[in-house]
Amino acid sequence: MSRIITYRAALREGLDEELARDPNVVLIGEEVAQYNGAYKVTEGLWKKWGSRRIFDTPISEAGFIGMGIGASMLGVRPVMELMFWSFHSVAFDQLVNNAACVRYMSGGLCHCPIVVRGPANGGTGVGATHSHIPEALFAAFPGLKVCAPATPADAKGLIKAAIRDNDPVYVMENTLLYGMSGEVPDPAAGDHLVPLGLAEVKRAGSDISLIAHGRSVIHCLAAAETLYAEHGIHCEVLDLRSIRPLDQDAILNTVRKTHRAVLVDESKPFGGVSAMVGMLIQEHAFDALDAPIQRVCSLDAPAIYSPHIEHEQLPSPRRIVAKVLAIT
Amino acid sequence: MTSATPPTLDFATSAINQALSAEQKTGLFTLMVRIRRFEQAALKYYNAGKMGGFLHLYIGQEAVAVGTISLAGPDDHFITAYRDHGHALAVGMGMNECMAEMFGKQTGCSKGKGGSMHFFAPDKNFWGGHGIVAGQTPLGLGLAYGLKYLGREGCCLCYLGDGAVNQGTFHESLNLSGLFEIPVVFVIENNGYSMGTSQERSSAYTGCLAQRAEAYGIAWDVINGADIFEVRAKTHIAMARARSQHKPTLLEIDTYRYYGHSVADANAKKYRTPEEIEHYKQNHDPITLLRRRLITEGVLTDATADAIHLAAAEEAAAAVKFADESPAPTVADIGTDVYWETDHATAASKIGRHFFND
Repeated sequence: MSRIITYRAALREGLDEELARDPNVVLIGEEVAQYNGAYKVTEGLWKKWGSRRIFDTPISEAGFIGMGIGASMLGVRPVMELMFWSFHSVAFDQLVNNAACVRYMSGGLCHCPIVVRGPANGGTGVGATHSHIPEALFAAFPGLKVCAPATPADAKGLIKAAIRDNDPVYVMENTLLYGMSGEVPDPAAGDHLVPLGLAEVKRAGSDISLIAHGRSVIHCLAAAETLYAEHGIHCEVLDLRSIRPLDQDAILNTVRKTHRAVLVDESKPFGGVSAMVGMLIQEHAFDALDAPIQRVCSLDAPAIYSPHIEHEQLPSPRRIVAKVLAIT
Repeated sequence: MTSATPPTLDFATSAINQALSAEQKTGLFTLMVRIRRFEQAALKYYNAGKMGGFLHLYIGQEAVAVGTISLAGPDDHFITAYRDHGHALAVGMGMNECMAEMFGKQTGCSKGKGGSMHFFAPDKNFWGGHGIVAGQTPLGLGLAYGLKYLGREGCCLCYLGDGAVNQGTFHESLNLSGLFEIPVVFVIENNGYSMGTSQERSSAYTGCLAQRAEAYGIAWDVINGADIFEVRAKTHIAMARARSQHKPTLLEIDTYRYYGHSVADANAKKYRTPEEIEHYKQNHDPITLLRRRLITEGVLTDATADAIHLAAAEEAAAAVKFADESPAPTVADIGTDVYWETDHATAASKIGRHFFND
C-alpha cells in the first residue's frame, strides 16, 4: 500500500517515526518548533512532542550544531536543521573539525551520531549566499556521510536511515522539491528505510546513462521522456541518492550497459559530485565507454539572483537533452 | 594575572577544603607534581625530536586542572582545548598512554591519531583535547545539555584559554547556556597571553574577562589560580549551582604559563620580560605554594615532598621508555576509526563505497 504525499510530509513522517522509536532523538534548529519550521518540514511536531524533544534555537549555527555534537558523544541523537545548508559556512569548524574528526582524533573512543538536514539548492531567487550546493564539499571529508533525496519516498527512507546511522550524516534537501508529491509506502506496511550508499535506477534504458542526485534526477526524467518521444533515445536514469557512501557498482553497471554517460549535477563543475563520478567511471569502466563522459552542472559563477535568468544557470531538461544529443 | 584581587581570605579553611584528609591533600600535591614532571620529560624528548607537531605546556597552571577536577562527582565531565596534558592526568589518565600519544605510537590514548592536543578518555568523562581555539566550547555546552536531557545529575567543566574569549562560538555558547539553563561551568584559564598577544592587546573588557558573563545573565567569579584551595572553594560553588539548579557559571582563573604558547613559540621570551616569568615562579608557583602550606600544616616534610618529586620523575622516565619502545601505527591503521559503522562492520557499512583509495 502506498499513499501520495509530498516530499515535505514524507520527511516529517520520517522524523515523527524516529522521535517515536528512540527517546534519545531530539530536533534542534532555528524555527523548527513553535514556528513549525521555516519550510514547514517540522510542522506539528512541537505540538505533538513538546519542548523537550524539539526546540528552537537562536541564530547561532556554530553554537547549536556544536551543542548537538557534544550531546551526541553522550548518547543523545540530535537532528539539527540548517534553515539553508548555505549557512554551513558559519558552523564549518563544528561540521568538519569536530563532527568529522572527533572519532578519528580520539582513536575511535568517541562517536558522533548526528544528523544535520536542510535545503541545499539554487533556483529560488535568493542570491549567491543562500544558494550553495555543498554535497561534494562535505563528502570530501572522511568521517562524514552525505545524501540528497530526489523523491518523497527516498526523503523519508533516507532521513530515517540517517538518524539510525552511528556516524554524522548530512542530508541535503531541496526547497523546490518540498511541495512535490509521490508515492510513499504506508507505515502500516512496516518501516520504510532507504540505506545510505544505495543508488536506484529511476528509469531503465539502453542507449545512454543519466547519472544524477537531488532535483537533477527530476530534470533527467523529464529529459529522458523528451529524448524518447522526439528522438527515440532510451535513457537510463540513475539516482545516486547517497553521495558518501557512494554506490559505485550501480554507476559502473549502468555505464557498462549503455556505454555512454551524462552526469547531471547542480554543483559547480570544479570538484562537484559529477567530477568524482566521472573519475570513477574512467578508472573502472574506461573500456566500456563509446563516447567521452559529459556533464551538465550549474554554470560556473556564484548563483545569480535575477529570476529572469537564474534557471538558465542550473541544470535543466533542455540542457540535458542537448548534451545527450551531442554524444549519441 | 591582571584582575584577581589579592586573596584576603584563607581558602584552606573553607568547608570544602577543611573536609580534605591529610592523605587527600598529599594526593593533590602529588598530582600537580606528576603533571609537572610529565611535561618536563615531554619537553626534553620533544626537543630531542621524539615527537612531531606542537607541545603546549601546562607548567605553572597545574592547580587549575587539579583543583577543579578534584571536585568531580561520578557524572561530572570535562573538555578542554589543546593545552590538555594537565587535565588528562588529573582525570586519571596514565602517563604511559599520554606520552605514547605524543610519541605517535599505537599505544597512545588516541592510537597515535590525535597527538599532544587531542587526548581523550571518555571512560573517565574526559572528552578531549581540542585544537581549534574555542571550538570545544559548544561541545562542552552539548555535553552538559546531554546530561540534563538524559536526566543525569552532573555538570560539564569546559576549559578555555583567555585567547578563546574573543571567538564567536564562545559567545554563542554563553548565550545558549544561559538561555537553555545548561549545567556547564566555563573555566577561562587566564594565563595572560593569547599566544604572543597580551590580554590588554587582545580583549576589550571592564574589570575582568569573566564579567562578560553579565551580558548573558550568567553568574561569574574570579579566582587566584596559584592557590589550589581558592580554586576548589570557588569552583565547588559553580559546580553545585550547575548540578542542582542547571545554571551555568563563567569562572576566570588567573594563572601563568612559564613556557611559550607552545615550545615552537619563537618569541616566548620576547613579549614578556624574564623578570615577569621569574616573579611568578618565585611568588605564585602553585606547587611551591602548596608544598609550603602542607609542610606548615605538618602534612608533608621536605623529605616526603622531595620523594614525591623523585617518584614522579621516575614515573615520567618510565613513560618515556614505554612510549619509545611502543610500536608505531601501521598504514592499515590510517583507515580505521573514521566511521563507526565500518569499524564495527555493520550491515550499513557494507552498502556503497565509503573510502576512495585506489
